[in-house]
Amino acid sequence: MEIEVLEGVFDANEEIARKNRERFLEAGVFVMNLMASPGAGKTSLVMRTVEGLRDRLSIGVIEGDIASRVDAEKLKAAGVPVVQINTGGACHLDANMVSMALPHLDLSRLDLLIIENVGNLVCPAEFQLGEDLKVMMLSVAEGDDKPLKYPLMFSQAHVLVINKTDLLGMGDFDPQVVRKTVTGMNPDIVIFELSCRTGDGLEAWTSYLHDRVRCR
Amino acid sequence: MHELSVTENIIDICLRHARNHGARRIVRINLVLGELTGIVDQCITFYWDMLAKDTIAAQAELVFRKVPVVARCRECGEEYRPENLELRCPRCGGEQAELVSGREFRVESIEVD
Ligand SMILES: Nc1nc2c(ncn2[C@@H]2O[C@H](COP(=O)(O)OP(=O)(O)OP(=O)(O)O)[C@@H](O)[C@H]2O)c(=O)[nH]1
Ligand SMILES: [Mg+2]
Ligand SMILES: [Zn+2]
Repeated sequence: MEIEVLEGVFDANEEIARKNRERFLEAGVFVMNLMASPGAGKTSLVMRTVEGLRDRLSIGVIEGDIASRVDAEKLKAAGVPVVQINTGGACHLDANMVSMALPHLDLSRLDLLIIENVGNLVCPAEFQLGEDLKVMMLSVAEGDDKPLKYPLMFSQAHVLVINKTDLLGMGDFDPQVVRKTVTGMNPDIVIFELSCRTGDGLEAWTSYLHDRVRCR
Repeated sequence: MHELSVTENIIDICLRHARNHGARRIVRINLVLGELTGIVDQCITFYWDMLAKDTIAAQAELVFRKVPVVARCRECGEEYRPENLELRCPRCGGEQAELVSGREFRVESIEVD
């Protein structure tokens, strides 16, 4: 006997993501999911973003890592409300892990919640968390061919941050190549080029994010 | 890369439907897999043996129907397979195209005894 199922493999996750989203809407907090390879500069961007916006917005952070609290400690030392999720080996955060972290944050007091996903250029793209904005980073050190090799995340992100522009010229990374490939896949994507090290280009990013949070 | 948790999801879905129909054994599982998902079907088959071994789905055959990435131009209606996911319409040059397939990943049906 054949039984019709017609059920998406990610449906269960998407259902929990919808519930997260309701909680975010109710609390009036704008949520950003930050995704990139290991070492692309996610924590550095979180620190810079908090630095640039903390006078204007109340910001909380969820740190996803396979193991360790290193990134969370950095933020805590900077006085940012932060919750660590250790995925225990999983290569991505899912909606359920995020929902378990939420009781540890006072959402109603936050304007912006930044979720730093596990360092991985593939898997996080498949798991909705209930976020408003998907931001991904690509660092100059990784090479300009990554969008062709790992198209899924690039095709879904709302924002692409090209980080470590201070390293341009030291290899053969060409931001124009990345822009062309990525806008070909995802015509509406917004692209920033910046360096978390020098601070170059950060102002454009923080003021964009500020407007998104305020205009939700 | 997350085929392990994906395999768990598939087993959950199949067992739930089998149970609801009072099935004794799952013989075959028909899945639809879009090419853009990056899921490797061999990995799922590999994890299956490990994760399903004590269930009524242990011996099930996994059949994957692969769905290619297809885009449709919003301007002229042309449907095409975008090379490297370059969405620009090859017929009219339109920049506003949408993906009509390639993202799906679902359990279509199960065959049971
Ligand atoms: N040259 C240069 N280095 C940077 C820049 N931004 C970050 N880095 C360095 O890159 C390394 C990784 O930065 P993180 O911010 O920890 O990267 P991450 O993406 O959070 O890494 P994981 O959480 O481990 O995946 C650190 O040594 C940073 O100092 C930049 O703009 N330029
Ligand atoms: Mg980090
Ligand atoms: Zn066209």
